[in-house]
Amino acid sequence: MKIKINGELLEIDAETNTPSLTQVLELYGAKPPFAVAINGEFIAQSQYAETSVSPSDLLDVVSPIFGG
Amino acid sequence: MNTLTIYGQEFDSRLLIGTALYPSIDIMRQAIEASGSQIATLSLRRQSPENNGGEAFWQIIQSLNLTLLPNTAGCHSVKEVVNLAKMSRELFQTDWIKLELIGDEYSLQPDPIEMVRAADILIKDGFKVLPYCTDDLVLCRRLADMGCEVVMPWGSPIGTGQGLLNPYALENIRQRLPDTTLIVDAGIGLPSHATQAFELGYDAVLLNSAVAQATDPVKMATAFKHAAIAGREGYVAGRMPEKQIAQPSTPTMGMPFWHQET
Repeated sequence: MKIKINGELLEIDAETNTPSLTQVLELYGAKPPFAVAINGEFIAQSQYAETSVSPSDLLDVVSPIFGG
Repeated sequence: MNTLTIYGQEFDSRLLIGTALYPSIDIMRQAIEASGSQIATLSLRRQSPENNGGEAFWQIIQSLNLTLLPNTAGCHSVKEVVNLAKMSRELFQTDWIKLELIGDEYSLQPDPIEMVRAADILIKDGFKVLPYCTDDLVLCRRLADMGCEVVMPWGSPIGTGQGLLNPYALENIRQRLPDTTLIVDAGIGLPSHATQAFELGYDAVLLNSAVAQATDPVKMATAFKHAAIAGREGYVAGRMPEKQIAQPSTPTMGMPFWHQET
């Protein structure tokens, strides 16, 4: 299935059409530390396993960066 | 009391420093150390798994043992602010958030109306909000009244280095909000600008470009460290009364060569 992560359409080799967020992040190769939003809404780390991702979802995976 | 208090935490340094725009990560580290700052701002952006640059930054920041102040820079709506703040809280393990909500793309002027809405939501959600705002007294007072223990009016627009464009407004805010921790955030370009902010009674100064974009960032960080101390101590010492007419400091009594004509 194809999912848009960080603005890019990525082919995710998931077994189902609605994989868990945990699976999607593993397949994407997200490197800790990171935080996640789906469709602009923050998803707590404790919710990853029970959150399913649909092909129409927009994911943001963010990490620390310099800032003023 | 000569320490800076932010949401109950005490700090010896009155400089808050940004982590962006340095020529290199190593110069950033040296400059932060030279500034003596104990609080650093940083942000969150989309990660790219093939780029390890972010990892190096994060490792150095952690090694500096600073108090982190994540920002919501670049957000243009309440929804973006609230969600980025929640992501920051989880990742950085802090409920501090530097609230930035841009209202004008050209001047990067904060949106005062949406900012109040965002602050209200964040405070109710348990955040300790440090809003970056304009130098409008009523806005600052409203933010303080709703629970912002720290309010951060700008000196001038972000990254301009023009210093305090409206000292009158900043002084007025200081006088009217005596119990709020006030920080001048943005627009500082020279150490003297920071000194001026402290002389107005501001509790701290937050800066980034002034150090990061100096010819020698590490030396400039040292200069700002001293400027902050000079300004704060000058304020605490209490300035002499201003006068309109010259008054000699050397005694006139006993002046030689003067003879009363008889």
